[in-house]
Amino acid sequence: MFGTVAIVGGSLSGLTCAQTLRDEGFDGSLFVIDAEDSTAYDRPPLSKQVLAGEWDAERAHLPGTTADLGITWMLGHPAIGVDLADRFLKLGNGEMVGFDGLVIASGAAPRVLPGMGELDGVRVLRTLDDCLAIRSALDGGATRVVIVGAGFIGAEVASTCRQRGCEVVVLEALDVPLERAIGAEMGMLIADIHREHGVDVRLGTGVDGFEHGGDRHVTGVRLSDGSAVPADLVVVGIGVVPQTAWLEGSGLTVDDGVVVDEQLRAAPGVVAIGDIARWPSRRYGRLLRVEHWENAIQMGEHAARSLLREDDGGEGAEPYDPIPWFWSDQYDFKLQLAGHAGADDQFEIVCGSTEERRFVGLYGRAGRLVGVLGMNRPRHVMQLRQKLVDGASYDEAVAFGRAL
Amino acid sequence: MRVVVDFDLCESNAVCMGIAPEVFEVRDDDFLYILNETPPEDLRPKIEEAVRRCPKQAISIED
Ligand SMILES: Cc1cc2nc3c(=O)[nH]c(=O)nc-3n(C[C@H](O)[C@H](O)[C@H](O)COP(=O)(O)OP(=O)(O)OC[C@H]3O[C@@H](n4cnc5c(N)ncnc54)[C@H](O)[C@@H]3O)c2cc1C
Ligand code: SF4
Repeated sequence: MFGTVAIVGGSLSGLTCAQTLRDEGFDGSLFVIDAEDSTAYDRPPLSKQVLAGEWDAERAHLPGTTADLGITWMLGHPAIGVDLADRFLKLGNGEMVGFDGLVIASGAAPRVLPGMGELDGVRVLRTLDDCLAIRSALDGGATRVVIVGAGFIGAEVASTCRQRGCEVVVLEALDVPLERAIGAEMGMLIADIHREHGVDVRLGTGVDGFEHGGDRHVTGVRLSDGSAVPADLVVVGIGVVPQTAWLEGSGLTVDDGVVVDEQLRAAPGVVAIGDIARWPSRRYGRLLRVEHWENAIQMGEHAARSLLREDDGGEGAEPYDPIPWFWSDQYDFKLQLAGHAGADDQFEIVCGSTEERRFVGLYGRAGRLVGVLGMNRPRHVMQLRQKLVDGASYDEAVAFGRAL
Repeated sequence: MRVVVDFDLCESNAVCMGIAPEVFEVRDDDFLYILNETPPEDLRPKIEEAVRRCPKQAISIED
């Protein structure tokens, strides 16, 4: 067996992998390296309960416990390079960490806008510190909140801020929000729901820069048409980029994430998991990279087994090919997406209605069912998800859904 | 084995039902029902999976 496994990134996917390595009997040394000082928290509550002030930060802890996993923690310094031939990592503080097996779990980080780094009151939301900074700005009386980007994070922050009583403006460069994730019809529905809740949603609106006072605190967001929107607080949610900078020159294939095989291997004895990993999905016939909570767990489990199996020389394992699953909570609705939807897919509501805000819709591509979207319909999403497992045709799934 | 759900945490997203429909069911009223609180041992792997996948960490197993 490997003597030493090093895990870079000690968050959801990395720690799930650590847990599974131990569960599967790995008894060598386990190093967990993370740029952050503390990683034991879960991200979904950061745009929901913790931001709302309903939960203390401590409640947003990660699933499981790492207390008895025998981990050597190396926190507070990033990995800045890796030598796969001589098998060691270089850390930001000059330390070197040798390994036999390597787990790449460094996730993704938010895109930023030029100039925001020098200003107070303009934030992204990825870490607990980001969340607490935004929350304390809200607690401190920020009432005019501008959100740049109407993706899921932006939409959840808009919802939470609205429920806290703020005036909220959402600026989205595209004419339709979330189109790539859930298609135009559903994207516009989400925009409409935000408007009903009093959010000023401005689509097709580009951002040009920020305005600020002498204290460098933001006072507004400048739009591409020259006008400005006043703001006490700006949250930028314009997507994330996989954290691959430290892998430059490593020889691994990096292309919008670390490209892995069906066993999540990037190279012999090297696996990549979670938001950073792009795997060849048999189900969808293409490389997929998803930024979903459940995928981080499933990849962590799968990669631990594939690392240990490779070490044993064994083969013949099942390929990694789950049905992606994602949820988002906004206002009083819960959105769930099983599978993989795209802007060009067929789409039909099969039970409930958009007016009730309680429905399930199905996405089809080339005659096959590819995705199931539900709003406040968890039971039916799960029943229709089974049709994805079965590889049902679109027509069959629609007929089944209508009969539910 | 006894399956315990903390209903204060559960948000009825039906993830557990997708994994172990023999034990968990979210009904049309949007509440989660436990169909069998003391399921047979052969369901343990599925229930352990549900424990790990529950986004609210609402499920536990008491032996
Ligand atoms: C606010 C928010 C809300 C979300 N809500 C939902 C939701 O409702 N539903 C859903 O399905 N998903 C949601 N997600 C997505 C989900 O949290 C992610 O998919 C998940 O966190 C991915 O886990 P990961 O381990 O791959 O990466 P991450 O959680 O990004 O962890 C990566 C870790 O690597 C560390 N790191 C990065 N670079 C280095 C380096 N060079 N050296 C060492 N360490 C490094 C980072 O510090 C971090 O701790 C949300 C995410 C956010 C931010
Ligand atoms: S997975 Fe957890 S939150 Fe979801 S229905 Fe089951 S117990 Fe409730």
